Amino acid sequence: MMRVLLALWDTFTNPLFYKLTLTATTPLLFAALGGVFSEITGVVNIALEGIMLLGAFFSVVVTYYTGNVWLGFLSVIPIGVGFVWFHAWASIKWRGNQVVSGSALILIAQGLTGFLMEPIFGQPGQTPYVGRIPEVTVPGLSKIPFLGEAIGTQSPIVYLAFALVLFAWVLIYKTPLGLRMRAVGENPEAADTLGVNVFAIRYFGVLMSGALAAMGGAFLSIGEVGNFRELMTGGRGFIALAAMILGNWNPIGALLACLLFGMSEALANQLQSSPLLHVPATAKPLFNLFPFIVTLVVVAGLVGKTRPPAADGIPYEKEE
Amino acid sequence: MNRRIWAFLVPILSVVFALIVAAVIIVLIGQNPLVAYKAMVLGAFGNVQAFTDTIIKTTPLILTGLAVGFGFRAGLFNIGAEGQMIMGGILATVVGMNLRGIPPALAVPLTMLFGILGGMAWASIAGYLKAKTGAHEVVTTIMLNWIASHLSSYLITGPLAVGSGTPKSPEIAPSAKLPPILTVGAMELTSGIVISVLSAFLMYILLEKTTTGYEVKAVGFNPYAAEYGGISISKNIVMCMAISGALAGLAGALEVMGQYHRFLGTLSGGKGFDGISIALIGQNHPIGIIFAALLIAALRTGSNNMQFVGVPKHIVTIVQGIVIFLVAADRIVRTIVIRKKVKR
Repeated sequence: MMRVLLALWDTFTNPLFYKLTLTATTPLLFAALGGVFSEITGVVNIALEGIMLLGAFFSVVVTYYTGNVWLGFLSVIPIGVGFVWFHAWASIKWRGNQVVSGSALILIAQGLTGFLMEPIFGQPGQTPYVGRIPEVTVPGLSKIPFLGEAIGTQSPIVYLAFALVLFAWVLIYKTPLGLRMRAVGENPEAADTLGVNVFAIRYFGVLMSGALAAMGGAFLSIGEVGNFRELMTGGRGFIALAAMILGNWNPIGALLACLLFGMSEALANQLQSSPLLHVPATAKPLFNLFPFIVTLVVVAGLVGKTRPPAADGIPYEKEE
Repeated sequence: MNRRIWAFLVPILSVVFALIVAAVIIVLIGQNPLVAYKAMVLGAFGNVQAFTDTIIKTTPLILTGLAVGFGFRAGLFNIGAEGQMIMGGILATVVGMNLRGIPPALAVPLTMLFGILGGMAWASIAGYLKAKTGAHEVVTTIMLNWIASHLSSYLITGPLAVGSGTPKSPEIAPSAKLPPILTVGAMELTSGIVISVLSAFLMYILLEKTTTGYEVKAVGFNPYAAEYGGISISKNIVMCMAISGALAGLAGALEVMGQYHRFLGTLSGGKGFDGISIALIGQNHPIGIIFAALLIAALRTGSNNMQFVGVPKHIVTIVQGIVIFLVAADRIVRTIVIRKKVKR
């Protein structure tokens, strides 16, 4: 018991732990912000997991062919938007079941990435290393003791994710477009009466979620490890979904929830390799349970206290 | 056209359309789709051995399809059949291992029962949370899937580990194994398929001929009206998740008792997720699910053969995804059909 406390103390006083927390938070944050954009306009998007996977894959493919990691990263924006368009089309135009359509996209992404691995890279399972987006050091910030080590040197994508939180918050709560998005998600009939184009706003929300989730996936591959592994998103799209719910469909709330889940992932990783604990190799899978248990407990305990947009998941039928 | 015809037409047309899209994808990687599909059909039904393999694969798929389908009928999206199947398999293994010397008449039903209980308990966590706090079952069952998956891999690399190589549990007692009804070469077609088909008929009777079934469907169709009519929604949610999990747990138990005789990491192998496609293709009807399970099993068995002509087996997952997409937005299919009619 003493050992566990010591290992925890050791972890929490190590600036590297906070750096790892931010790294683990980033992909979740992109996807959770995407979820906020989609659901605030009233379209449930459980396809985040699939879009992330596609983003992780195609950023590697583009980097592989062009040799440019930034091109790889940016190329997933149109890919994510194009892919999620199918979900938007099925949900908005055809009033399909959004949860079912979302899970269809996950399957298609899983199939497609696995399928293309051999024709493109000539090997199944995982791709060769294609390169990573290099870390940047923020002058000044990195000089501050402890804090500098924790947040001063990071992948630029990490900073981008945090900047996007602010962008999303301002867009949703401080602009006319944001007001329309929220109106469409709460009461599409009323918004329609006032001349808001419900379908266009919903398309915008869903397509944004595609762009964001794909960037989150790209961070997992070319932002962190530099290659793609089959099914490498490992449930992060769903954890992001939980973070969005826990964050009460608000970008700032989603950020806090993502930090909690990112921290539990980093903690599990740190503890299982802690020299103080001597975790046997066979017990390591138990630590991988940790983020999922935290998510489950938090969702179960807090969900009644948050409230989804009133028209979330309900197709809108325009009266003729 | 009436609803009955649509119920047949939408899934069949969706499958046809998905196979056409998949053919285009196969062309894009420079292969011949006709050669690929021929290899697939031969791989699934070409000879007795292939056919037996398809039936063996159908067995758990009927049950996971029923599990998801039953949830859908009650208005629940049980995406957690995978985890429930794992827990059923684990519990059946742990019980089955310890039944040496017990006669099969007792050992077989006991092992099966614990498999069912394992899946039931796992699904009930999500059911209870949904009824109590409103936590959405899609999020909770996905988390429970990952927990089940990591937990089982811990068990077969740690406390239950046996031998070297692929992590696996010890074999279950011979008396807990299901007797084969047919042996083809190295393959045994066990009596599991009988139990699967029987479960489908039981679900049909439960849904169509009992008051409980009526209540389940009422809550699924319109929860507010059902509650107004005096049906307790939260009681229904817990019960339906438990039944759904029981079916998935039975799938895990049958894989252990009839197929692998132990627990392996690959035991569930996406069969729980296949249940979603199967339920949707079968339109959540127990008899439809039997045929949908046969279709998916044939695609899976056949796709292994397709690998030999240079087409990765992942194409089947893409086909499934497209089918689910079209069933979700079935108005697309209906509109295409109706437009065709008008043109004529």
